[in-house]
Amino acid sequence: MNKKKVSKIFAKAFIYLVIVLLYLPIMVMVVYSFTNSNTMTWNGFSFALYQRVFVDPGISSAIRNTLVIALVSSTLATVIGTLTAYGIGYMRRPFKKAVGAMGQITIVNSDVVTAVAFMLFFITIRSIGIPINDGYATLIIAHTVITIPYVVLSVSPKIRRLNPNLYEAGLDLGAGPLNTVFRVILPQLVSGMVSGFALAFTLSLDDFVITQFNKGTSVNTISTLIYASASKGLEPAFRALSTIIFVTILLALVAFNAIKYRRDKIKSKKH
Amino acid sequence: MAKTNMATTTDNKRDTIIEVKNVTKVFDGVTVVDDMNLAIKRGEFVTLLGPSGCGKTTLLRMIAGFETPTDGQIYVERTNVTEVPPYKRSINTVFQKYALFPHLNVYKNVAFGLKLKRIVVDAVDKQGKPILDKEGKQAKKTIKLTKQQIDDKVKYGLKMVGLDGYGGRDVSSLSGGQQQRVAIARALVCEPKVLLLDEPLGALDLKMRKEMQVELMRMHKELGITFVYVTHDQEEALTMSDTIVVIRDGVIQQVGTPKKIYDEPKNQYVADFIGESNILSGTMVADFRVQVEDKILPCSDKGFEKNEKVDLVIRPEDIEILPIEKAEVTALQGVVQISVFKGTYYEMEIKVGGYEFTVQNTVEQKIGSTVALKIDPNNIHIMKKDRVINEYKSEVIDEGVVEICGGNFECDTAGFEIGQEVIASFDFLATTLVDHEDNGTIGGFVANSLYKGKYYQVQVYTDDDQDIFVDTPDEWDIGDRIGITIKKDAIKLRLPDPQKDTHTGHPAEEAQSAPSSDEGEVAKQATNQPQDALAVSEDEI
Amino acid sequence: MKKRLFKFHRRSFTYPYLVVGLFFVVVPLLLILFYAFTNRQEQFSLSNLWEITSSKLTYKILADSILLAILTSLICLLIAYPLALLLSNAKFNRSKTIVLIFVIPMWVNFLLRTYALRELLSLFGVGIGYKAVLIGMVYDFFPFMLLPLYTTISSLDKSHMEAGCDLGASPIQNFFRVILPLSVPGIVSGVIMTFMPALSTFAINDLLGDARLYLFGNWINDYYSELWNFAGALAFVMLVFVALLMLGMGRLNRTENKASAL
Repeated sequence: MNKKKVSKIFAKAFIYLVIVLLYLPIMVMVVYSFTNSNTMTWNGFSFALYQRVFVDPGISSAIRNTLVIALVSSTLATVIGTLTAYGIGYMRRPFKKAVGAMGQITIVNSDVVTAVAFMLFFITIRSIGIPINDGYATLIIAHTVITIPYVVLSVSPKIRRLNPNLYEAGLDLGAGPLNTVFRVILPQLVSGMVSGFALAFTLSLDDFVITQFNKGTSVNTISTLIYASASKGLEPAFRALSTIIFVTILLALVAFNAIKYRRDKIKSKKH
Repeated sequence: MAKTNMATTTDNKRDTIIEVKNVTKVFDGVTVVDDMNLAIKRGEFVTLLGPSGCGKTTLLRMIAGFETPTDGQIYVERTNVTEVPPYKRSINTVFQKYALFPHLNVYKNVAFGLKLKRIVVDAVDKQGKPILDKEGKQAKKTIKLTKQQIDDKVKYGLKMVGLDGYGGRDVSSLSGGQQQRVAIARALVCEPKVLLLDEPLGALDLKMRKEMQVELMRMHKELGITFVYVTHDQEEALTMSDTIVVIRDGVIQQVGTPKKIYDEPKNQYVADFIGESNILSGTMVADFRVQVEDKILPCSDKGFEKNEKVDLVIRPEDIEILPIEKAEVTALQGVVQISVFKGTYYEMEIKVGGYEFTVQNTVEQKIGSTVALKIDPNNIHIMKKDRVINEYKSEVIDEGVVEICGGNFECDTAGFEIGQEVIASFDFLATTLVDHEDNGTIGGFVANSLYKGKYYQVQVYTDDDQDIFVDTPDEWDIGDRIGITIKKDAIKLRLPDPQKDTHTGHPAEEAQSAPSSDEGEVAKQATNQPQDALAVSEDEI
Repeated sequence: MKKRLFKFHRRSFTYPYLVVGLFFVVVPLLLILFYAFTNRQEQFSLSNLWEITSSKLTYKILADSILLAILTSLICLLIAYPLALLLSNAKFNRSKTIVLIFVIPMWVNFLLRTYALRELLSLFGVGIGYKAVLIGMVYDFFPFMLLPLYTTISSLDKSHMEAGCDLGASPIQNFFRVILPLSVPGIVSGVIMTFMPALSTFAINDLLGDARLYLFGNWINDYYSELWNFAGALAFVMLVFVALLMLGMGRLNRTENKASAL
């Protein structure tokens, strides 16, 4: 065997090793989700943990809260973020810089600092008499604000590739400014908006610290519920839940790639 | 408002459809369009011609409504539309990069404007009887076009541009030329009063461009719509237009038919930009007599002062070459330097005294042979010189030192006091350009460089916003930064003339117009305002 | 002609975010300052900041947190860099989708992942403690290091490397003189993306650590709900760190860019 081949085998082994290490914990979860046991011991095959996911009121309400907050906040973020990404190119320089800086701060700031900032903010506006309860309202605001910059980042490349006269062509043919943006510009940005939405959605799903600091006492998301239960020893039903999440994501990705692959194939056939 | 005007305008077929009045546009402190006036007649094919950055696209965009003038008004059919947004103007635009909507197919692109279009019709009830309003007049209502109407118009539009059957195609699957045809159809189906075309053929290759030129001229003829066409290609302008508007540095230089512009350029800039030409310096010794070198040539111009310095424009194809023995003694004589075959003619450089003439002729002359040049008096075009001397309002700041254009120059200040305001003047030849601005007394940009047969006349735009003209044997690249020095003894000072010199920093400048030719619809003439020739307007990039 | 009060312009589209950002980004950050420099009675006070900066414990906590964050970034970098190098090589990544495989775990809730890791580690006999926390951080933040590295390295101009070879550089010389300098921007953003959350996390320590390890994040977490001014002061200290790090990294990135340009 020559040197080149050996190094290639080493390289491949390294890649697979990292993959195995990344997936091993998740796989262990998946395996142990099919047994009815509080600890990681095999207690015979069973769907009991899955049943628990849907029966336990705490878990199902956490799932519902997580999804509602993620859905609402990422929708808002997509709308505001897309508009911002489009409008920012037409701003005067100081404003452009200000908007850019706000986005930058949001992205790079440590989540603990952001979480404390939001908490102090909500405390303060409550103290001056604006009634806003910890829970859905605060979480939706916080999640929207932290995800907008990510939507801007996903949409901006599409806007840079826009024909500069497209907007004017719309106006020229008789569509008003808003009409033009909706009929002409937005359709060009759909793919960027979709990936921006997906990014915002996952960031919201995955967020723990900001949610933890601003959720109040009555609302729990999956993250905060896991954290709360962890101190008492993790609720075994979460194994089932993580399996469900993992499989769902896997299926979604496979489906997404299959669609993309087919579309590319159709396109390349056309030409 | 438009209705009342209709009555006055419809009987006159060749009336004015667009009027640009004193329009100025400033972008970030740079004047891109400077106090322009222009009238465009109904049904005309008008071309706005000029180099990139001259303001032609900005003017077009203001007519379209994409930009609002900083100052001035724009009228369409005598209605002030200056503040009217583009979607409310009955004007459509064809963009250089097509700007087709990528998410719509060809058919839907063309139908886009039609779907938004509203037409006013007489309101009728279910029985088809007219509905009357409160005052007993016929009530009107606004309706959309029907699907059938849209379909008919789209099909007609696609047929017009030679793309029938392409409706279902994806726009990205079309070639550049086809995409531009779709863009034209999309604009035309809206039945605009004026079609604006912003360098529509700029992105196409040469062959396709020629093809589309013919197509556009055909469409213009068939539809009778006013076309306003922007290009930097003088050949395209000469081929296609009824009227050409030559623009430079935001100022209209000349308006006229292609023939007029070509034959009688109003100033040396137009002469240089349109076609090839020999531009020489001469002196009007009398009416119909101009002196070049030591020869006096007959010409067709009069009305100049005696011995006034002028510029001559002679087209290379207007110069006849005669054997030396057949020519009159008074004819120009020269030696053939270079001869290049250009497909249908020979282009020769012939040296006459200090001047180099470019001559185009079907008969080749031997290099090194001496020939006589004969020029018909009608083919010698005489233009007033834009400036014969550099003159600036200055101040004596020390003994032997005067401040001109922000720089301190040495000169003889005898007879003037320190701190006194004076007019400093110096000859074009007395000024020297140097490569590095640090080596000059003042710095500036080369704004223009024009070969005058014998030397280059360079226009330098100084940091003090002034123009200095320099005659130099060297060619300088436009846009370069250079330094300027002036010979000490060449600077002449005089006291300001309160009547002549009060308002302007460059009192010696005159309009560049020749007194003989004048067009009726000519806008404000070039006053050669200092312009930052390098500032390319955003829309041109 | 009637002048409209509000003239629509395309930049108007950014107004919603300008308002949102002003209210929910700028004001909250200013409030951190306000709370950090006041006491309960809303009077100017340095007592909270003094309490933090004068205590020896603070420095121990900070040192522990920083060390852990450095270790995390370093280990992530050491694993992710060769991996990114291999993945950007077409030989190992024909379909370009293999990168996705490294990203998928990110979509599983990180607390669930951390918990799964705890179970796995316990199966292997590794109990909770410093080692477990470090492994947990590397495991959780690894994709944040890999992605920027992969993006940077795979978008490197191949002609640079070929030019390097052409000019007689051996593969190793080529790596150190061409590829490594050119991938500095990726390293910088990768380090920022892992260092920052590693510095401030507390959940991983809560799940995988024992009582001996107390991080800066834990400190904030323990006080945020009661001592607002104190929490504000702690967040302010953190904010200073974030700013310093950004400045430092930004400078490094700029000088490296300049150096590599020369």
